[in-house]
Amino acid sequence: MSSVPTAVPAPRDIAPATESSGVLAILHEWVVTVDHKRLGVMYVATGLVFLVIGGLEATLMRLQLAWPGLTLVPPDTFNRLFTLHGTTMVFLMGIPIVFGFGNYLVPLMIGARDLAFPRLNAFGFWVLLFGGVLLYFSFIGGDGLYGAGSAPAVGWFAYAPLSERAFTPGNATDYWNLSILVTGFGTIATAINLIATIATMRAPGMTLGRMPIYVWTMLTVSAMTLLVLPPLSAAQIMLLLDRFLGAHYFDTQAGGSAIIWQHFFWFFGHPEVYILMVPGFGFVSEIIPVFSRKVIFGYASLVAATVAIGAVSMSTWAHHMFTVGMGSTLNSFFAVSTMLVGVPTGVKIFNWLGTMYGGKLRFRTPLLFCCAFLFQMLCAGLTGIHLAVAPFDWQLTDSYFVVAHFHFVLIGGLVFTVFAAIYYWFPKVTGRMLSERLGKWHFWLFTIGFNVTFVTMHFPGVLGMPRRIYTYPADRGWDMLNLVTTVGVPFQAAAVLILVINIVYSLRHGAPAGDNPWEAWTLEWATSSPPPAYNFAVVPAVTSRRPLWDLQHPDDPDGPHE
Amino acid sequence: MTPVQTPSIFAPVSTPAFAIRELSFFVLGITAVIFVIVAGFAIYTLIRFGRRPANPDLEPAQVYGSKQIELAWTVVPFLIVVVLFLVTARYVWGIERRAQPADALEITVVGNQWWWEIRYPKLGIVTANEIHVPVADARPTPTFFTIQSVDVAHSFWIPQLAGKMDAIPNKTNRVWIEPRQVGTYVGQCAEYCGLQHALMLLVVVVHPKDEFQAWVAAQQTPPVDQATVTAGRQLFSSLACINCHTVRGTGGNGVFGPDLTHLMSRSTLGAGAARNTPENLRAWVKDPGAFKTGALMPAMKLDDTQLDQLVAYLVTLR
Repeated sequence: MSSVPTAVPAPRDIAPATESSGVLAILHEWVVTVDHKRLGVMYVATGLVFLVIGGLEATLMRLQLAWPGLTLVPPDTFNRLFTLHGTTMVFLMGIPIVFGFGNYLVPLMIGARDLAFPRLNAFGFWVLLFGGVLLYFSFIGGDGLYGAGSAPAVGWFAYAPLSERAFTPGNATDYWNLSILVTGFGTIATAINLIATIATMRAPGMTLGRMPIYVWTMLTVSAMTLLVLPPLSAAQIMLLLDRFLGAHYFDTQAGGSAIIWQHFFWFFGHPEVYILMVPGFGFVSEIIPVFSRKVIFGYASLVAATVAIGAVSMSTWAHHMFTVGMGSTLNSFFAVSTMLVGVPTGVKIFNWLGTMYGGKLRFRTPLLFCCAFLFQMLCAGLTGIHLAVAPFDWQLTDSYFVVAHFHFVLIGGLVFTVFAAIYYWFPKVTGRMLSERLGKWHFWLFTIGFNVTFVTMHFPGVLGMPRRIYTYPADRGWDMLNLVTTVGVPFQAAAVLILVINIVYSLRHGAPAGDNPWEAWTLEWATSSPPPAYNFAVVPAVTSRRPLWDLQHPDDPDGPHE
Repeated sequence: MTPVQTPSIFAPVSTPAFAIRELSFFVLGITAVIFVIVAGFAIYTLIRFGRRPANPDLEPAQVYGSKQIELAWTVVPFLIVVVLFLVTARYVWGIERRAQPADALEITVVGNQWWWEIRYPKLGIVTANEIHVPVADARPTPTFFTIQSVDVAHSFWIPQLAGKMDAIPNKTNRVWIEPRQVGTYVGQCAEYCGLQHALMLLVVVVHPKDEFQAWVAAQQTPPVDQATVTAGRQLFSSLACINCHTVRGTGGNGVFGPDLTHLMSRSTLGAGAARNTPENLRAWVKDPGAFKTGALMPAMKLDDTQLDQLVAYLVTLR
């Protein structure tokens, strides 16, 4: 049976022996580490720090827009704020958190002792952190020789030719360009690492068909990353050549093309949304079964839907470009390819509901976040259908409706699942539980604040309010809606503060977790909390998708049902 | 208080905007039904299976899946997509592929940082930010726009008249409207184009047909040369003004800034930065940055006398 130890011997203690235990020694340990768990924690911590920074930027913007004609934030500052907010949240919050969790969980879930290339893994993290610091250094260095600007103000998609030297002199845009290029290298390295690990380092008996769905999501998004990030890097290098060596790729005044940049950018930019979202679907696919006490409903179709989302989403990018004048044929093609993504996404939602149906639901904080996620993802998917309908999109695109839509995707979808994942895996990472009481405060404040802000935000878009404007006139009828949108912000800020307090408090005072506090079934719960540096003293043998269920129910193991 | 004028996409007054609303109601209807069914099932599941179970230690029955159910909830959404696609394609073709009638009014809109140049190539009129078109009441008389940009990407959007169309340098795009109701409709640039993207107002004034003809005639007439403002006019042509601005019938033929031939027929300065009154105009000429930080028109450092003379001339450009 699965409990029989295999022949793989336990390694000698590979954790570096520490002679002193001062702050410097601890810092040194973390800086030089190649342990996937420590790097995972550093990735996620980096992501959370940037979540707070990006959130503060959003707060300033919402204050400026709370009422028509305010002059709280000057125009140039406002434009920098939304540029940095978008860039930060996608590249410095979303990516580190997604790949940080992948770093931490994938080896544990497949019964491996580390990633395939631990030093490459450390490289990926430090390069990403460097890119993040570089972006924010632009506040100081962005003036450049021209004395123009400070931080970049070209928007997170840096449309050409606004990003060309003629329209954005100074170094600000170069900081945007180089920092994202650099973080991209780190992300590509980590994607390669995850694919190699999943392909070659699974525990005995862990066939592809027995991998946890979360591991499937990371495999999918790592493959997507390899396909879509290099084109962005290529475009950024072209922009670099334009700006420094007088090339004319996107220089429209010398016959370059503004549209080509958009194609390059969105060929990355749209799959990027799924690179961020699909691992969130993975979290939900792990958490809902455990808190419903039921096996996932339709494992095979969930895996198929995951891969299908990855594949189809690669042919939808130009739905961001319905208004650039592509012509009716292309507009129709990208409309239908975009709608098709809705099918596998719908399948996932149905599978999760099918899992909960007939279960015994335990409404702990992780499940609460997953439940809110289900409703919000449903809304995000349906407004996505509205935007896929090209003529409807001609009205909605670049309005506040789109802003509301993608915040429903990335907060209502991604961030909610990340919160669920933090409450779910914190005990494994630290050996201590997060406070349930604070967790419920966090959940309710954030859910209420999020919906007040982002449900409301759809309406000014329908009423004709474009995005990225630092002010608006009083006679448009947008004022009350914007005020309500802003009113939701303090709720969300308070909720994030509670999360931070919860983490800091529980690190020292949380209830001891034990190996498997949630009575879960995947391999990471088979080792101690926190896991030793080598993860498993004995590499476990696997005979089904839920190895720990098999151990608890030797009379009715999963294997025969799969 | 100025009267509220909300450019709602659900208050269309022009043929393509009506068509888009029709399509969007159809899509909203379908998605609303999907929402009610799925959310309803979710709420039912959460309530029914969220109750404290009688024997919490016993695991519930493990259901691994059902081929029939999974197939059903894959095929049904797929069929919905097929329907949505066919309807969408029909509207895309219907709106984008409309042939231009011979008598359609032609207007060229050119995006600039941060204002719009409006040209009527067949009528010889050049103006800025405010577009005047005839109403299409009895007979369909659409207006066809050619959308271009001289610098960065902008987007032309008057929600009540039509969907957006981007103004992209090195590219010519087309969009058309067919307003059925006299009135004034507002919009603004919808693609981020730099510092003052927020102050790129667009106004479309829809006139009755005869009123439109009168407007055309007035715009085609060069402004009357008034002897009282000779000093201002000389100032205008001796300073750098004419490097950027055109006033027809004078030496001024600059093309970088808005055509000023009928400056005072427009309602705002700086594409919505301020109302076009003589006082505001004076302040604008003195320092455009005071209304619109970063506006590409420089402050000309004129003294008060020069300002008075220049503004006295400019207000005659009706």
